[in-house]
Amino acid sequence: MSTGTTKLDVVVSDVVPVNELVTRFHFRRRDGELLPTFSGGAHVVVEMRDGDRTRLNPYSLMGSPLDTREYTISVRRDDVGRGGSLFMHRQVKPGLEMVISYPVNLFSLDLRAKKHLMLAGGIGITPFMAQTSQLAGAGGNFELHYTCRTASLGTYADVLQQRYGNRVHLYHDDREERIDLDRLLSSQPLGTHLYVCGPAGMINWVRDRAAALGWPPETVHFEHFAAPQPGAPFDVTLAISDTTIRVGEQQSLLEAIEAAGVDPPYLCRGGVCGQCETNVISHDGKFIHNDHWLSEEDHRSGCKIMPCVSRFEGKSLVLER
Amino acid sequence: MGITFRKETFRDDYTFRNSPEHIRRFPFPFNEDAYMYAVNIEPHVVGPKGSVLENLIDVDEHYVAEMQDRALVLAEDPLRCQSLPHMTLAGWDLLELLMEQQALGYPEHFTLERNGDRWRWINRPLGIDDTFTFGDTATLPYGPMEYITRQSQGDFCILDQRDGNLWMDAGMVTTQADWSLDFDIGMNFFEWHAPVPLAHEKGIFTRALKFLTNIQQGKPARRLNWTMTINPRLDTSPENYHKWGPDRATVTPENVGQKVHLRVELQSFWRLPRSNAIVFPIRCYLIKMDELVTQPKWARRLHRVIRDLPEELATYKGLTRYRPTLVEWLSKLDDGSPTSPGFGPD
Repeated sequence: MSTGTTKLDVVVSDVVPVNELVTRFHFRRRDGELLPTFSGGAHVVVEMRDGDRTRLNPYSLMGSPLDTREYTISVRRDDVGRGGSLFMHRQVKPGLEMVISYPVNLFSLDLRAKKHLMLAGGIGITPFMAQTSQLAGAGGNFELHYTCRTASLGTYADVLQQRYGNRVHLYHDDREERIDLDRLLSSQPLGTHLYVCGPAGMINWVRDRAAALGWPPETVHFEHFAAPQPGAPFDVTLAISDTTIRVGEQQSLLEAIEAAGVDPPYLCRGGVCGQCETNVISHDGKFIHNDHWLSEEDHRSGCKIMPCVSRFEGKSLVLER
Repeated sequence: MGITFRKETFRDDYTFRNSPEHIRRFPFPFNEDAYMYAVNIEPHVVGPKGSVLENLIDVDEHYVAEMQDRALVLAEDPLRCQSLPHMTLAGWDLLELLMEQQALGYPEHFTLERNGDRWRWINRPLGIDDTFTFGDTATLPYGPMEYITRQSQGDFCILDQRDGNLWMDAGMVTTQADWSLDFDIGMNFFEWHAPVPLAHEKGIFTRALKFLTNIQQGKPARRLNWTMTINPRLDTSPENYHKWGPDRATVTPENVGQKVHLRVELQSFWRLPRSNAIVFPIRCYLIKMDELVTQPKWARRLHRVIRDLPEELATYKGLTRYRPTLVEWLSKLDDGSPTSPGFGPD
């Protein structure tokens, strides 16, 4: 059976510029009903119909899970990406009818935690917006450390400080403020769980230090959706479907497979959930693996690829699809 | 027209019976003349009218009697219902799911009125009319999971999802086929399945876990499982083994039809929205051999399945002692003619 999600027909109810890079989008159901309840850390996949192209990008839900009249996401404009964020910023206006997926949570709170220690970098703040709302409503114990480039790019820093006061700690790159990570990680009460969402470098840094300081791996949670990277076009043969496709420069392999009418399962489209894992039948060339799902051994083996984020350079690639 | 609820017992004098309509809607679990494990999971979508899948949460003529039996089990052994401290939110999720589904499927028996977080729940068969604040445990007579599962047929396990595994961290288990919540509480998926023979070697649990951890909100799944029980006893727990285990030695050619029951579990799997946990309802259906063989196709097929069942499975399901007697009895109803494909009666 397909493991994709159910779709929701929504209308854009509001578009709010937050700062020079980030815009917030509000969605309501077209039929006026309530949206499904969700848990803090969940994302939805937004379908963007851009001419004859369809992009499917995941965004964390950032509203309170207690309010399901509308969903909100915040999108950071990426001028050198594949165009999804530019489409959102330029084309999406109030009243536009869109399709989004049901919420999926791959960055769930561990409700056993005595304390939730949250580390956010940049736009990685969004899942914590929902998680802090959820925890605050239930009297949960949390502390948020948030790094941003400048005060004006500190998306929702003001809102968070207003809501949670000294439970929120801000660090500005332009003022050379840095999290004293080792000290922070060494001074937590027993039963603390650590959550990190931000750029890959930050996630790796936090995971490495936590491991070095003896944090058990099951207490360290991270979310990193790799956006698919553009790259040189390449050709792929889909053996089961008996067809050959070309993956365009700005297209992901998964998008190209879908454009050929083949529908592999997916959830995150960011190299995390494992749903679209695809077997390689043969190849002559080099893989560019960008996922966080396959093991290093899998990457070396040349037998598997995550088509949502990974690419290929070379003469031929045959996939079991 | 609503359901006519039967007055009956699942212990002592065992007055449990299925009406003719309920015999025909019984979820017979064999679609061919042999049985082996498979990952037989499918989407839990609404099925044909008059089947147990007509509603995603099924309420039937045994509802009131089953709830009375559950209350008796809990009075003797409160540990059949347990919820670890971090599972309260999942309990509210389950309360919402079961109230919504029962009110949707059986509006003549159940009504849910929601006014913000002020909810009113009317359960006519059990004479309940409660108003409470959703999310505030102090406004209910029990915790949310216990409250609603005292009013819902079937056992319920709530599985917390973390570290790529599922953890049996809450449940209401009073109609079980010889397993114990009190023993399994806090265990992960591989730990609580450790006793099952053959399936580990086939990699079934690894694949099943991968599937279950990816169950999505709004897309529940289901599977059927089965065993056999002597006398229509819902509570065949290890805790009470001394009460029902010896019954297996009482089967004779004369009483097979009344004593031996096929026990089918309709298991479903749902993602819970607030807690991101999975709830696993295990709904038990019982049918006497005398009732089952009123459908000639089922009689022929059950004979072939039980006769040819691998020894390990027969042992695991506890059939060993009475299997020869049962097979001999069923063989008289099997003329060797072919059976039609599919589960349903002809």
